[in-house]
Amino acid sequence: MSKPAALSQSPAQRAWRRFRQNRPAVWSAWYLGLLLVIVLLWPVLLAVAGGAFGHAHNPDQLSDAQFAPPGAQHWFGTDVHGRDLFSRVLYGAQISLLVGLVGTLVSLVIGVAWGAVAGYVGGRVDGFLMRVVDVLYSLPTVIFVIVLISTVGELLKQTLGHSPALAAALRVILLFVGLGAVSWLTMARIVRGQVLTLRTRAFVEASRTLGAGPVWILTKHIIPNILGVVITYLALTMPAIILYESFLSYLGLGVQPPMASWGTLIAEGVGQINPIRIYWWLIVFPGGVLVLTLLALNFLGDGLRDAWDIKAR
Amino acid sequence: MYFLRRILFAIPLLLVISALAFALVHLAPGGPFDRQRIPASPEIERHLLAKYHLDEPVWKQYLEFLRDLGHGNFGVSMKYRDHSVNDLIAQGLPVSLTLGALAFGFALATGLPLGFFAAAQRGRWPDRVGSLLALLAVCVPGFVIAPVLIIVFAVKLKWLPVALWESPWHLILPTIALGLYFSGQVARLMREGMLSAMQSEFITAARAKGLGENELLFKHAFRIAVLPVVSYAGPMLADLLTGSFIIENIFQLPGLGVFLVNSSLNRDYPVVVGLSLLYAILLIGLNLIVDFAYTLLDPRVKYE
Repeated sequence: MSKPAALSQSPAQRAWRRFRQNRPAVWSAWYLGLLLVIVLLWPVLLAVAGGAFGHAHNPDQLSDAQFAPPGAQHWFGTDVHGRDLFSRVLYGAQISLLVGLVGTLVSLVIGVAWGAVAGYVGGRVDGFLMRVVDVLYSLPTVIFVIVLISTVGELLKQTLGHSPALAAALRVILLFVGLGAVSWLTMARIVRGQVLTLRTRAFVEASRTLGAGPVWILTKHIIPNILGVVITYLALTMPAIILYESFLSYLGLGVQPPMASWGTLIAEGVGQINPIRIYWWLIVFPGGVLVLTLLALNFLGDGLRDAWDIKAR
Repeated sequence: MYFLRRILFAIPLLLVISALAFALVHLAPGGPFDRQRIPASPEIERHLLAKYHLDEPVWKQYLEFLRDLGHGNFGVSMKYRDHSVNDLIAQGLPVSLTLGALAFGFALATGLPLGFFAAAQRGRWPDRVGSLLALLAVCVPGFVIAPVLIIVFAVKLKWLPVALWESPWHLILPTIALGLYFSGQVARLMREGMLSAMQSEFITAARAKGLGENELLFKHAFRIAVLPVVSYAGPMLADLLTGSFIIENIFQLPGLGVFLVNSSLNRDYPVVVGLSLLYAILLIGLNLIVDFAYTLLDPRVKYE
């Protein structure tokens, strides 16, 4: 009975069924969804609850409760200024998740365009575009982002001296876009490979014989067929970008205080390491949430890849 | 012939990279002397600018920079007084290279066996545990594992020193903290490589001829399976270099990364440009070596 039903399923339906059977991937999806909901709702909750609860958990509220260990009052403990670490981790998550989303979108646009042109046009154009990818692969492109951020960030600060808030916001956007702009290489390679094999497939040939133009073929045949691959590699690009952002923020080159991301929180925790008292929660909680999120995104990506049955090479 | 062309191709590439870095750094308005506590008199300022040729047009500065570079001179630092960029390189490069090489070795020494045995035990519990360990290594960033290692092994157990660059004992924690991520990546690549190698026809043929499973795995499958790891070596070297920025920062090692990060924060132009360029030269050179090694390992690959 199940056989004919399976035959009538579309590739997307088959992928969805395979995905649901992958337990780590499903749990990861739940975790990420839950994290997103908490991150979005926590500020609302604080504003609505107000009073002592809202006051104690305000991520920017200084207090005398310095280095309070995790407990009923402060679930993740407090930091050097007595700020509630749970709220700080959730506020840091806003930046870390946002950079993941924006950076991934930027890498999506560049990577798909680059790979699709290389694969579809072929010939010398293909050779040149892919040579560029090879070269960029083996260069420390993060250094480029570091130079970009520190120079253009300074330029913004000087030209927008009258409104530091705007300069800071533009700097963060620059950071997001810069990280996306160096993370599209794998996407371009994968998309090119897919387009290259798709354009010689019989149904594409048939469509061309019937008089379809390149735009029709790209939008009607190629793009729907590479969608699964693209979504999969989006899920695998996102952890890389989140990691890059924490890395730069850790070094003081990413988001600047009073803004926080997971990277700056961990850096604060490392700064408090001393031989006398160990404030383990300052590292374990922001680090733990970061690691869990990276793990979940990787599980999700692997699950999607298996579901769409994509060969990596 | 192919490699000669690659070397020739590297020259314009380095020119483009240096011009980009130079242009970006000079786009920034803040001079390197901005943050000095007492503002210098206009005369002193003029002299300072003249000393570092900052009063000349940018293209002229760039040409001068290129000429110096031709003589193996990466320029002078404006913040580290009386230090040329070459001095900083001489100081920091050995530290960074040692750390990088150790982490590279650590990644191979742990990642290759882990991936190999996981693949050999495919689907059974050693494979599951191994794969999970590898994924975990990839997901725990250096700046998370490093403080944990410090707290556990240096502060609590007092087995190893906390930081600094003095005895071989000081090298252990930074090496692990830097290498762990790559060890996970190598293990994942190795496992996948082994799995696809075991499905290939020449393995089936060898098995049909009655070759033992061990000989099959170690002698025949391994040689093919290791190739993805070899081609990962190029990007891995690049990531090792940038990854060491944070490890040097946490363990207070006097490496190149510290100089680059501080110089970016201080807008010390010549150091930023000089070091970025040095990284580019290093990586292009190392990648050539990697590609060359690839042709030795896999005779099927012929670069035209």
